[in-house]
Amino acid sequence: MGDVFVLAEHRRGELREVTLEMLGKGRELAGRLGGHLKAVLLGHNVDAFARELASQAHEVLVVEDKRLENFNSELYQKVLASLLAERKPTLTLIGHTACGMDLAPSLAAELNLPLATDCIGFEFEDDRLLVIRERYLGKLQSKVSFKDSPQYMATVRQAAFPVKELEPLSGQIVAVESPLAEEARRKKFIEYVEAAVGEVDITQAEIIVAVGRGIKEKENLEIVEKLAQAVGGVLAGSRPVIDAGWLPPDRQVGQSGKTVRPRLYIAVGISGSSQHLAGMKNSDIIVAINKDPHAPIFNVATYGIVDDLFKVVPALTEQLSGSYSGQG
Amino acid sequence: MDTVVCVKHVPETAEADLVIRSDGRGIEEKNLTFDINEADNYALEEALLWKEKYGGSITVITVGPEDANMTVRMCIAKGADRAIRLDDPRFEASDSYAIAKILHAALKDMKFDVVLTGIQASDDGHGQAGPILAQMLGLPHAAYVIKTEVLEEGRRVRVHRELEGGLHEVVEIELPAVLTIQTGINEPRYASILGIRKATKKEIELAGMEALGLKEDEVGEAGSKTRLEKLFPPPVGERAQILTGTPQETSAQLIGLLKDKGVI
Repeated sequence: MGDVFVLAEHRRGELREVTLEMLGKGRELAGRLGGHLKAVLLGHNVDAFARELASQAHEVLVVEDKRLENFNSELYQKVLASLLAERKPTLTLIGHTACGMDLAPSLAAELNLPLATDCIGFEFEDDRLLVIRERYLGKLQSKVSFKDSPQYMATVRQAAFPVKELEPLSGQIVAVESPLAEEARRKKFIEYVEAAVGEVDITQAEIIVAVGRGIKEKENLEIVEKLAQAVGGVLAGSRPVIDAGWLPPDRQVGQSGKTVRPRLYIAVGISGSSQHLAGMKNSDIIVAINKDPHAPIFNVATYGIVDDLFKVVPALTEQLSGSYSGQG
Repeated sequence: MDTVVCVKHVPETAEADLVIRSDGRGIEEKNLTFDINEADNYALEEALLWKEKYGGSITVITVGPEDANMTVRMCIAKGADRAIRLDDPRFEASDSYAIAKILHAALKDMKFDVVLTGIQASDDGHGQAGPILAQMLGLPHAAYVIKTEVLEEGRRVRVHRELEGGLHEVVEIELPAVLTIQTGINEPRYASILGIRKATKKEIELAGMEALGLKEDEVGEAGSKTRLEKLFPPPVGERAQILTGTPQETSAQLIGLLKDKGVI
């Protein structure tokens, strides 16, 4: 008992990074719970993944089935409901991803398990497991406890637990018979569709000026465009600006958009949701201009200006353009 | 197409100063403005677009206090036909599971083709209620939906789910179903003055615990599977070097620093 299961997430022939992140954290939690760490791998022709996972888990449970080639929450739920009910791990970790979140809530509800989503920390108090998760778009964090249960489930935020070099394990690979008797009935995977390629590839830019919700109106984008020109950078945006249709989708920085790593990233009116930070926090130098001193963007920025962007951006543009003649 | 849209009345916290309540388990709400949860607003718009195209009705449902009437009235003003508010003092401190249970009690005997809701609420960010509701109703679901297309006269729907890195996954799903809608799927409309005027006269149906046939241990903290123990400010990491002064001064300092680093 005390086992920790980690659901391996893979897509189009690649094991997704969050899987290894969960295995790292999972190993520590399994140690604390006095159990084993087991990777759970569902798929078709996934032997290579199984071998890779075996170096990071005490056991790899593999459910091989042609019908599991692509993620399908209906089929995944069927397989996992049967597996978890039978093997009863104390804790099951699933990625807080578009696939994990299509699966975990309904799976937990079917099994009547407590579920905490988007977890960024795990703690024990008197042997009780608690999780840390954000609220209010990252402005506060919360400590959450579970109702007593023999099994718990959590979805784990991507990149919350960076992969560390751990001593390799030599987990046993165990084939588990697929409980699926038929094709998915109500939900069918059709295909993947790539994002449209735009005229500018922001992932190649050395300098990015990104604009967020703080810009308020589409008409105001002009001042940020001018800054981008003055500094020799390309214009990008955070989700709210793309959602509003003010910039095309290929300019979106963040988890569901592009991951960028320019030499200079200037964030204008961006508060810094975790999804946005995931897409830019590895930039060499980050400048944040935001009037809210508590905005999470200041936690990753190199330099910050806590002020009204409508005053700072024009001043910055003017000075960069060399037309400035006042006293600095 | 008869659609149910589940909406939540949430505080706008993006630019607000948040104060943790003295019991540590919530925030002071008196100085905050509230509005429809952003993703739910996109879900409502999707329902309105379907109604324009295929006919049918829209029922808006919320679990929330009297103040939430403001949010459901705005949905009526935009074109929803019916509004239901589920409220009871015993619903206080319900987690996603208990909220789904309450919604389930209201929807289980209702006829509809699809339930839409936002992928998550901007306050708690759980992203659970929609798919749990689907499970309780015995319906299929798709989460993170960023495009919809109704097929075969409403027997099926083809949706794009937004994965990471700009990739979409296309799935077909049988109706009735529950879809959780991602922001950016459409352009939410504003209510017309006429619509707002009409909405003020509209009756909002109200149901509490007994009316929904729920028991005390199914709602609130007793019916929840998780409990928020305490809120706290995020740990302060390696914060930015904050530049101070007038906009001219901070700009000059910044340019100097960036030149020193050789990035401009």
